Amino acid sequence: MMNPPALELHDLTVSYAKKPVLYGVDVQVPQGALVGIIGPNGAGKSTMIRAIMGLTPLSGGWVQIFGESFEKSRHRVGYVPQREQVDWDFPVNVMDVVLMGRYGRRGWLRRVTKEDKQIAEESLDKVGMLPFRNRQIANLSGGQQQRVFLARALAQQSDLYLMDEPFAGVDATTERAIVTLLQELQSQGKTILVVHHDLTTAKEYFDHLLLLNMRLVSFGKTEDVFTIEQLQRTYGGRLTILSDVAAKVAKGEGMP
Amino acid sequence: MRSHAKAQRRKGSENLFFAPLRLCVRFSKTAVLPIIWLLLPSAAHAARIGDLTETSVTEQALRFFTFSDPSLRLALLGCILLGLNCGLLGGFVVVRRMSLVGDTLSHAVLPGIALGFLWNNTKDPLAILIGATLVGGLSMLTVSAITRTTRLKEDAAMGLVLSSFYAIGICLIGMIQRLPTGNKSGIDKFLFGQAAAMNGSDIALMAITAGITLLFVTVGYRGLLTLSFHRAFGESLGLPMSFLHHAMMLLISFAVVTAMQAVGVVLVSAMLIIPPATACLLTDRLHRVLILSALIGIATAAFGAFLSFLGSNLPTGPFMVLAGSFVFAMAFLFSPKQGWLTRLWRQKTQQCRIERENTLKAMYHLAERHGFREEGITLLELANARREPLEQIRLQSEDLLRQKLATLTDDGSMLHFTPEGWRKACAVVRNHRLWELYLTNIMQYGADHVHDDAEKIEHVLGEDTVRQLERRLDFPQTDPHGKAIPGAREVHGQSKPRPAEPIGY
Repeated sequence: MMNPPALELHDLTVSYAKKPVLYGVDVQVPQGALVGIIGPNGAGKSTMIRAIMGLTPLSGGWVQIFGESFEKSRHRVGYVPQREQVDWDFPVNVMDVVLMGRYGRRGWLRRVTKEDKQIAEESLDKVGMLPFRNRQIANLSGGQQQRVFLARALAQQSDLYLMDEPFAGVDATTERAIVTLLQELQSQGKTILVVHHDLTTAKEYFDHLLLLNMRLVSFGKTEDVFTIEQLQRTYGGRLTILSDVAAKVAKGEGMP
Repeated sequence: MRSHAKAQRRKGSENLFFAPLRLCVRFSKTAVLPIIWLLLPSAAHAARIGDLTETSVTEQALRFFTFSDPSLRLALLGCILLGLNCGLLGGFVVVRRMSLVGDTLSHAVLPGIALGFLWNNTKDPLAILIGATLVGGLSMLTVSAITRTTRLKEDAAMGLVLSSFYAIGICLIGMIQRLPTGNKSGIDKFLFGQAAAMNGSDIALMAITAGITLLFVTVGYRGLLTLSFHRAFGESLGLPMSFLHHAMMLLISFAVVTAMQAVGVVLVSAMLIIPPATACLLTDRLHRVLILSALIGIATAAFGAFLSFLGSNLPTGPFMVLAGSFVFAMAFLFSPKQGWLTRLWRQKTQQCRIERENTLKAMYHLAERHGFREEGITLLELANARREPLEQIRLQSEDLLRQKLATLTDDGSMLHFTPEGWRKACAVVRNHRLWELYLTNIMQYGADHVHDDAEKIEHVLGEDTVRQLERRLDFPQTDPHGKAIPGAREVHGQSKPRPAEPIGY
């Protein structure tokens, strides 16, 4: 029997305030792929991640993870959101945050066990943050905050990881540490999708690329997809007619 | 008869007139309100203040602490429950940055209280709770309707809803007070709070809601933590974030409504905000914030009730809030980590230490100039070296004596290192010279650029950093100016205060 794809999107469409931001995305991500999601600002990269996780309602299409609905395979998905999503002055320490990654499996009503703590510590160790486990999160640098989020996702012990710009605003050491971690996860057979901004490193970091600009431009092995022609189709020229129509739909023009 | 009606009307219009004024004051500064209120005593309270001449303050205090008065026991129990309830939920309100939500809710429920009263013209706590909760929910729906459909942001929407609902409530209460049954109803207690006005069924309702809150927070702690810190992540895990959020909002409105009789509508949100805000200054883990906030809530509520009791049943709300503000002010000034005075004190002691270390360093330099042979260092040469008046040096040497870092000869003219003082002096000089060497050799600074930097760094280098520097520089003997760097032997002590040989040469 063939392995089901780690992630399958069929005709995925998402709109904000009636304005479509993602149109009919069809993708099958094979298991074990390390995928960079590339595209200009406003291309819907973060939206796609959020839509996969059910954090943004779909206006059309469906999502399957390992051949099942997201609801059913939720515990197999780890999430690394953007750092700006939370208040870093919040009264918790590093360990508290990483332990949150365990609530999904154990259930939030059950107490945290020794095993959970051990897994959380191992996760922290993998991102080199174990010495900081009792540190108040307000006293972390940007790169350290990002690594705490990575450790929390590792503590989820998932098979598919969705990461929203983990490289944004981190120092070179952290960037290296994250890349090493991604490769290690891949070698364990995990599937990883990473929203990425930097074209110059994209080719080096990922073995698959997903080029996105409101619709799927291209998906495939990096050597096949990373071509001038494809990149121009992604970045060059806004999809003028598409976004004009989208704006009109949002305003309610031409609607019955 | 007619004049009586007139007086009533005047009283009613007074209420309507002062309400917006009070609201303004409330916005400008919560703590000012009770003072203004005390300046505007109504006739009813004047009579009560007259009572005070009959019972002395000490007698009142004695009555309070012997708990002999059953109605007092009831009121105090109510205060403890409300402190616990508001403190626990307030912890989440503050860390979720929802303080304005608490404020909006507490003002917006007033029409609901009035409607609950009008339901069967008595102060039935359950009817009031239901009415208030429904109107509170309506106010929150209005806020989200405004933010969702317009460009207005949440703060504007909440300010709008807060004041409009409150105004409606004040009108309704004014109407109730003009009803034949209204005057004796005690509905006016909802404005400023009177713990003594609570009866058995009020307390029972309060105990139930506080119990539910306690259970909710302890059982759902991990869910609530995730909700407060990172809702989207909780949603991605499949935790019931929406349920927890709405359950919490419901419990907050219960807490506000049940506390309102004791604290008053205007100030009740302070009980949601002041205790947790104080707790946030004292600790940095959520569970500790919650525990501390509940304790502070209980203490301030009970203390407020006590003060009000001393003053023969003055309104409790202002006193509770004043007690809370006082505790907050203490935490603001003296909190171990963030307190304003604590930080000032820390800076001061730091400065003293640097001053001391500089004196020790100057003594070391002088001893070095004498080839470490002289018996001691005179205050006069120290004054010359540091370019400071002799009087200043005398003060510094007294400080060194107090710290047992040096001894002074009987005539008070010459300083000697104690072993400890010698070690400290060596450490400072070593730090200074190591840092200079690090800057010149590794960071490629010019030798004439490094001294000022080292002057600052020498006082903050830890032992670990020193070890690293030594390894990095391959255990150097001399600094960029050719002077000897004191080694581990001097700094850690076996060496005598006055080495026989000049070191390093």
